[in-house]
Amino acid sequence: MNQILEKSIFEYSRSGRSASVQQPPGADVPSAVEKIPVALRRSKAPMLPEVSELDAVRHFTRLSQLNFSIDTNFYPLGSCTMKYNPKACNQYAMLPEFLARHPLAPDSQGQGFLSCMFELQEMLKEVTGMKAVSLNPMAGAHGEFAGVAMIRAYHRARGDLARNEIIVPEAAHGTNPATATMCGCIVKEIPVDAQGDVDLDALAKAVGPNTAGIMLTNPSTLGVFERKIEQVAKLVHGAGGLLYYDGANLNAILGKVRPGDMGFDVIHMNLHKTFSTPHGGGGPGAGAVGVSARLEPFLPVPIVGREGDQYRWLSEVNRPQSIGRLSAFMGNAGVLLRAYIYMRMLGREGMSRVGEYATLNANYVMARLRQAGFDLAYPERRASHEFIVTMKRQAKDLNVTAMDIAKRLLDYGFHAPTTYFPLLVPECLLIEPTETESRETLDAFVVAMATILGEAETDANTLKTAPHTMPVRRLDDVRAAKQLDLTWKPVNSAA
Amino acid sequence: MPFIPHTEQDVREMLATIGAPSIDALFDEIPASLRIQGLDGIPEGLSEMEIGRLMSERARLDGRPLSFIGAGAYEHHIPSAVWAITTRGEFYSAYTPYQAEASQGTLQLIYEYQTMISSLTGMEVSNASLYDGGSAVAEAALMAVRAHRKSKSLRVIVPSTVNPNYRRVAISTAGNQGLRFETVAYRREDGCIDREALAAYAGQDIAALVIQQPNFFGQLEDVDALTDWAHEQGMLVIAVVNPTSLALLKPPGDWGKTGADICVGEGQPLGVPLSSGGPYFGFMTTRMEYVRSMPGRIVGRTVDLDGKLGYTLTLQAREQHIRRGKATSNICTNQGLLMTAATIYMTLIGPQGLSKVAAVSMQRSGELVEALTQVKGVRAAFNGSRFHEAVLLLDRPASAVLRELETQGILGGFDLSGDYPELGSALLVCATETKTAGDIARYAAALGAAVQKVRAA
Repeated sequence: MNQILEKSIFEYSRSGRSASVQQPPGADVPSAVEKIPVALRRSKAPMLPEVSELDAVRHFTRLSQLNFSIDTNFYPLGSCTMKYNPKACNQYAMLPEFLARHPLAPDSQGQGFLSCMFELQEMLKEVTGMKAVSLNPMAGAHGEFAGVAMIRAYHRARGDLARNEIIVPEAAHGTNPATATMCGCIVKEIPVDAQGDVDLDALAKAVGPNTAGIMLTNPSTLGVFERKIEQVAKLVHGAGGLLYYDGANLNAILGKVRPGDMGFDVIHMNLHKTFSTPHGGGGPGAGAVGVSARLEPFLPVPIVGREGDQYRWLSEVNRPQSIGRLSAFMGNAGVLLRAYIYMRMLGREGMSRVGEYATLNANYVMARLRQAGFDLAYPERRASHEFIVTMKRQAKDLNVTAMDIAKRLLDYGFHAPTTYFPLLVPECLLIEPTETESRETLDAFVVAMATILGEAETDANTLKTAPHTMPVRRLDDVRAAKQLDLTWKPVNSAA
Repeated sequence: MPFIPHTEQDVREMLATIGAPSIDALFDEIPASLRIQGLDGIPEGLSEMEIGRLMSERARLDGRPLSFIGAGAYEHHIPSAVWAITTRGEFYSAYTPYQAEASQGTLQLIYEYQTMISSLTGMEVSNASLYDGGSAVAEAALMAVRAHRKSKSLRVIVPSTVNPNYRRVAISTAGNQGLRFETVAYRREDGCIDREALAAYAGQDIAALVIQQPNFFGQLEDVDALTDWAHEQGMLVIAVVNPTSLALLKPPGDWGKTGADICVGEGQPLGVPLSSGGPYFGFMTTRMEYVRSMPGRIVGRTVDLDGKLGYTLTLQAREQHIRRGKATSNICTNQGLLMTAATIYMTLIGPQGLSKVAAVSMQRSGELVEALTQVKGVRAAFNGSRFHEAVLLLDRPASAVLRELETQGILGGFDLSGDYPELGSALLVCATETKTAGDIARYAAALGAAVQKVRAA
């Protein structure tokens, strides 16, 4: 890893320098400005860098080299499914015709793109067991929003106006309760039992005439399959509520079991997890939603329909009960193309293997870490595609925390697992290897973990002050929040 | 096996380590009644060579028409370096920078983005991106309601000069939390907000006024007077702007006496391809005093244990992974890679370059309107100043004319009759720096022929 920090792009800037070949020829700025009423003109130029093309290329390339990424490092980040993003998905989604197509171009000028979207809808229906799919939501949380909004719309359409409570297990992603709030619902959290399954007694007490639905991730964020799913579905449906499936962990069961068969009424799929579109350092994602027959009329628009051999957009006109539009156009189209390409390359056989090998890798790493002396949060359970190690014992005996282990792993060239989530397991590391990692990589990770555990006993200070080989050491987050420095300012500026 | 590296020996030995007889046994906690035996509806897998051929055929079906559509998504030149760097694996395949020490590249880039977009919009602080322009308007409305210290009102005025799809997204997104959006008409002579209609809201308790500049018709609103009026009424001002236009137009931070309060917009014009509508990114900037009400991720500069400068996500107490049900938004994954592209774009194009892009777009658009209104039966709908779009009125049905143009390989604009039926047959047309005099002449000639043909029919 490059140890040299890169200075700010603004420090490269020199008045009058530019990448002039990028600028349009024949510009007459003064005469354009003259056409703008004086009161509406800009008086001071924006502070954008003035650099050469090489300055820019070098700066941003150097910045990229300060990152960990899937392409450079093993990234066992639990619940995030950091699997390999095939290069073909990017290359063929970026064919010039796809990139140039205007979102408002007529359907007749998009039969290629629309056919891919239609087939993607069909394939997602098949792998999830749902009746219909809309591709609009632009991330997992956006899909959750669409899902809960549909649940609300369904109850309202039936005149069932009291149903405004969403039940969420305590291990749920933070987006679940936040989404329920955004949909104007009240959140009711319920506990899980000692084995990681939903506490059915608590659920039975929580459901009632105000229940809109329950949001579940299965396998849960505890890294185990929710074994009582059929009883959960029965309880919630019996009370008049609907079941929401958070697809964050769909990778674990792809090709083995389908949310639709488990009784879920609505699901979102994180295409940037299960279907390997890139995470991009924080997006773009894609959070397609699938529904059972009774929720189909409420799907967000637009949706791709087929008439004969022609594909076309279906909008509010065709779907009067739709919850409406969630984006100005049709969501993250280019991401959807990447997911389509990925699914076509995997095909029927390849897709069934995803859940199998993701699960094999997780159970293998879990077994080896247990042998190496780590404590598992649920030692009696199978791992799904991920599992939890708890550092509670080491925190007490050695004063070494999950955070220390995570930071030390960076020194060994491995991205840290997810730490301190789910919150109910103390000092936890949520580890998800994914199916695309080789046994050799997994073995190397186990060796690093074992080495760190040894260091915890003999040289705890090295852990507590880790990382030591990154571009920066641990950062002062308190200062970051108290002395807000959110934009670059020239050294001599008055501010 | 596509993208799975295991050999048979690996599988055997790994299962032995686990103590399981087969991979299938690892799924023994799942009730047998739920298990499926295959995915029959999925086609067989394709090699990379085969998928390459298939996608190339699909792309060819989409064609490469000459497009004069804008309406919220704009064709601009994108420097080659933008996507060459953006798709580097270190940016493309990284996660959200929660592990700051291993993500300094992404974090510093976001900090530089925040600096550039804050300066461009004339505001103090920015987040790290939202989904798109439409969802950014929805988030801005929710934020205004949250941030307003003196009003508990859930009403927001969104004039009809705001992009109709942004209005739809705002209603679908914020309506569930009880927000109510009021529409105000536009003036027929200049396509700008009707100040008399707006005056009817004077003295009412309303959280915010949304002002789009240039507005959906491409017309320039009197943003100073609108901003001051809204502030006098105790409303916050949400600016919706085109980032390219800000090279020449007054930034929202300078609107009226004290500036707009929240600024949002579609970031696509800054180096993001049209790509059928996404992925794009929404930007949001605001005053420092409202930073804790802002949704989404924010990067701050701080120091490490050795006192060395470094970057980290900050003010996370606003966000869903900490605050859960009480977060400012449920947003988690946003549009990081598009923000990355935009930062590289703004760097390569620079302040002079962006002025030139804006100026040439204005010039070309002016030339386009001039050429098209030479055609008999075609006239400009509005007086007043414009940026790079304009509304044209036709004496033939716009849909028929557009279909005729399409047969000539030209996408002639966006048909407004669905969203603004009162205009009659109206087209929203756009030209940017990518159009040449030849392109414009070709469109004008084709439009003349198309109008003739539709008239004869």
